[in-house]
Amino acid sequence: MAASEPAVGTDAAAGFLLQRHRWHPAEALPWLIAIAAFFVFPGHLALGTQVLIWILFALSLDLVLGYAGIVTLGHAAFFGTGAYAAGLLSAKLGWGEPLTGLAFAGVCAAVVGLVSGWILLRYRGLTLLMLTLATTIMLYELGNARADITGGFDGLTGIAITPLLGAFQYDLYGRTNYLYALAVLFTLFLAARRIVYSPFGQAIIGIRENVRRMSAIGSPVHRRLVTIYTVSAAIAGIAGGLYAQSNSFVTLGALSFERSATVLIILILGGTGRLYGAFIGAVVFLLLEDHLAKLSPAFWEFGVGLVLVLTVLFARRGLLGLFEDSGRSIARLWR
Amino acid sequence: METTLNIAVGILLDGLAYGMILFIISVGLSVTMGLMGFVNLAHGAFAMAGGYVTVSVMSGFGVPFLAALPIAFVVVGAASVVFERLLYAPLYRAGELDQVLLTIGLVFMAIAAFTFFYGPAPKPIRVPDALSGSVDLGFRTLAAYRLFMVAVGAVMVTVLWFGFERTSLGAKIRAAVDNRRMAQSVGIDVDRLFTLTFAIGSGLAALGGGLAINIMGLTPTFAIQYLVFFLIVVAVGGPGSIKGTVVAALVLGITDNAGKYLYPDGGAFFIYAATIAILIAKPAGLYGRE
Amino acid sequence: MSAPILETRELHKSFGALQVAREINFSLEAGARHALIGPNGAGKTSFVNLLTGVLRPSSGRVLLDGKDITRVPQAERARRGVARTYQINELFRGLTVLENVCLAVGERTGACNNLWRPAGAGRGRAVIDEALGLLEALRIREDALKRVSELPYGRQRLVEIAIALGQRPRVLLLDEPAAGVPSAESHIILDVIESLPRNIAVLIIEHDMDVVFRFAQHITVLAAGAILTQGSPQEIAADEQVREVYLGKDTHG
Repeated sequence: MAASEPAVGTDAAAGFLLQRHRWHPAEALPWLIAIAAFFVFPGHLALGTQVLIWILFALSLDLVLGYAGIVTLGHAAFFGTGAYAAGLLSAKLGWGEPLTGLAFAGVCAAVVGLVSGWILLRYRGLTLLMLTLATTIMLYELGNARADITGGFDGLTGIAITPLLGAFQYDLYGRTNYLYALAVLFTLFLAARRIVYSPFGQAIIGIRENVRRMSAIGSPVHRRLVTIYTVSAAIAGIAGGLYAQSNSFVTLGALSFERSATVLIILILGGTGRLYGAFIGAVVFLLLEDHLAKLSPAFWEFGVGLVLVLTVLFARRGLLGLFEDSGRSIARLWR
Repeated sequence: METTLNIAVGILLDGLAYGMILFIISVGLSVTMGLMGFVNLAHGAFAMAGGYVTVSVMSGFGVPFLAALPIAFVVVGAASVVFERLLYAPLYRAGELDQVLLTIGLVFMAIAAFTFFYGPAPKPIRVPDALSGSVDLGFRTLAAYRLFMVAVGAVMVTVLWFGFERTSLGAKIRAAVDNRRMAQSVGIDVDRLFTLTFAIGSGLAALGGGLAINIMGLTPTFAIQYLVFFLIVVAVGGPGSIKGTVVAALVLGITDNAGKYLYPDGGAFFIYAATIAILIAKPAGLYGRE
Repeated sequence: MSAPILETRELHKSFGALQVAREINFSLEAGARHALIGPNGAGKTSFVNLLTGVLRPSSGRVLLDGKDITRVPQAERARRGVARTYQINELFRGLTVLENVCLAVGERTGACNNLWRPAGAGRGRAVIDEALGLLEALRIREDALKRVSELPYGRQRLVEIAIALGQRPRVLLLDEPAAGVPSAESHIILDVIESLPRNIAVLIIEHDMDVVFRFAQHITVLAAGAILTQGSPQEIAADEQVREVYLGKDTHG
C-alpha cells in the first residue's frame, strides 16, 4: 500500500463528481459550429434543419441505448408518433401553433413510450429486440390501415404552421426553421445532460453495467428503465414533431424500420453513451448521404453497410471514440 | 362460383406453401440462435443469395430448376463458412447489439451488391412444366407449385426432424443448445459444431430462397423485406426448436395469407399484435428453452 | 434469546427431479456470526438465492423480522435490509470505486430518484461522505477514484463488500468472500469481516475451515440440499457425520 498517497478527501471526491457535470470549454464547439453554419451556409439551411432533427432523435436513442443499455430496433415508433401527432393537430384539427404542437407531439410519444416500456422492459435479449421491432411495425401497419387519417404512403399534407411566437414568419430559405430547431435541440440537450449527470443518471448507467447487482442493492430497476424510456420517447416525439412542422409533410417512413435502423447507425457511427456522439454521427452521416447517395444509391448503401461492419469490428466507440483515442495519443507524444 | 370451402382450401394451401418456405428458410436461423445465441439479421441475405444463385445457374448454365436448388444450397452454405469464421466468430462473446449491427451492415452490403450485379427488377424464373399450372383433384384444381412446396416442405420437416432427433450430429446439436458448457465438458467441439450448423442452416436458407422465387418474387430487397417474418418465426417458435419453427412458420404463413385475403388493408397488424402477445406470455417462444 | 431476524420454515426448492433445498428450517439471530458450510453441490449458494429472493421456493416460507417475505422480490428485500455479496464479483467494472459504493448508498437513501441535481451537489455530498467513510473502514479509500477494472482482485473483493455495506443492511450474506483472493491478501478480507458492526447479522458461506472456526459462533452444515446438523464450532468439529460428509466414509479421522 503506497503510504505517500494522500487520503482522498471529501472535497477531492466531490470535486471529481461535481466537476464532471461542469461545462467543458470544448462543449461550446457544436453550438458555435451550428450558429456559424447559419451564416456561412445560408443556402443549405433546409438540410441543416434536418441534421438538427436527426441529432435530437439520435440523442433520444443515446439515453436509452448508450446510457441504459436497452437494445431497441423500434425507436422510430416514438418519432413517428410525434410526427403524426403534430401533423394531424395541424392538418386535421386546424391547430397550427408550433410550440404547443411540439408539446403535444412529445406528450403523445411519451404515452406510447410509457405504455410500451412498462410492458416490454420486463424482457431482455432477443425477446426485447423482437418486441420493440414488432411494436414499431405494428404502428406502421396501423398507420397504413388507417390511411384515411394518416395519408398512408402518399403522406399527410395540409400541415400549416402559424408564425413562431406570433412574430417569426417562415421563410423560403428555412432560416426560421433552422433557428427554431436549434433552440429546441439546445433546450432538450440541456435537459438530457442534466439527467445523465444526476444520481438517477448514475443509476441508469449502473443498470447498464450490471443489472443483477443493481437489483441486489435494492434499485427499482424496472421503474428506472421505464422512466428513462418515457423521457427518451418524449424527446424522440418532439424530434418527430419538428420533422412534421419543418417539412409540412409526414409519410409512413417516419414510423418505419428503416428510420429505426438509420438512427441506430447514426448513433453507433458517432459513438454511444456520451451524448455528443449523436452530433458527430448525424452530421457526418447526413452530409455524406447528401453528397454520395445522389451519385449512386447502391454504392451509398454498400458504403453504409461496410462502415457499420468496420465500426463494430474495429472502432466500437465510434468517431467520438476515435477522436478521444487520437487525442490521448497526441497528448502522450507531446510529453 | 367459389364456395366458402373452396376459398378456405385455397387460402389454406397458399398459406401452407408460404409457411413451408418460411420454415425452410428460418430453421437454420432458429438452430444457430439456439446454439450460439447469435442474432443473425443477415440470414435473409443468404436466402436471397440462394435465389440469385438458382436463377444464375439456370440461365447461365442451362441447369434445370430442380438441379439448381441443391447447387444453391452447396454454394451459399460453403460461402457462409467464410463469413462465419471471419466476421461472426469474433462477436460470439459480444452483446446482441454488436451482432445486430454487424449483420445489419452485411445486409446493406448484400442488397447493394445484388442491386449492382442483378439490377433492382424482380427476377423471373422458369419452373419445370410439371410444376407449373394446376392439378385437378376433382373437387377443385390446385396450383401445382403450391402442392409441390407443401410436399417439399413435408419432406424437409421429416428429414430435419429425423436428423435432429436420431442422428448423433443432431444429438450433439441438441445437447449444445440445451447447455453449451456441459456439452463442451463432455467433449463436444461446440465451435466446429456451430460452423457446420451455420453452413447447413445458410444452405437451407438458400434452398428456401430458390424455392421462394415463384411465390414471393426475387428482388435485392428480399433480404430485408421478409427478415421480420423469419425473426418472428424463430422468436415465436422458440430458438433452437425445430418443432417450434414448424409450428410458427405454418401458423404465420396461413395467418398472413388469410389476412392479405380477408383484410387487405390492415391484416398485417394482427400478426404483429399476436407476436407481441405470444412473446409477452412466453418470452422464450412456444417451444423455446426457458 | 432474541427472535431471529431471518428465518426459513420448511423451505423447499426443486428443479424437476433435482432438489436443491429440502425442508430447510433455518434461523439467523440478530447480530449473529453464523457460517454455512457443506461440500460442493450441497446447495449453499442456492440457499442464499432463496434467502435473497433470486429464487422462488417450491414450498415453504422465508421470514424477515417475523414477517413473511416469501413473495417479496429481491430488490424489495434489499431495501428491507437484506444484502449479499457474490462468490464471483458482481461489480460495476467500468465505474470508479467511489461510484460503485455511491450507487448502493444513493439507492438506499433515495438520492437516485433525483433526475435533476448533479450527483455530488447539495445533498449528494452526504452520499459521497458516507461512501468515503465505508471505503475508509475497509482501508481502500485511496482507490476511491480508480476504476474497478484497474484494481487487483483482492481489492475488488473489498469493493464487493463495500457495496453491500452501503446498503446499511441488517442481514449480510457473504458468499465465499475470500474466494479467488491470493492467500497473501486473504487476511485483509478476514479482518474486514471480523470488524463488521455487531448489529448486522452475518451469514458467511465458506469452505476454508480456518476462516469458519475463527469467525463463526454458530455453524450450519448443509449436505445434498438439507441441513445435516447445526451447532457451535466445537460441536461441529467433533461431529463424525460432518467429517464423513466432507471426507467420505472410508477415511480415517
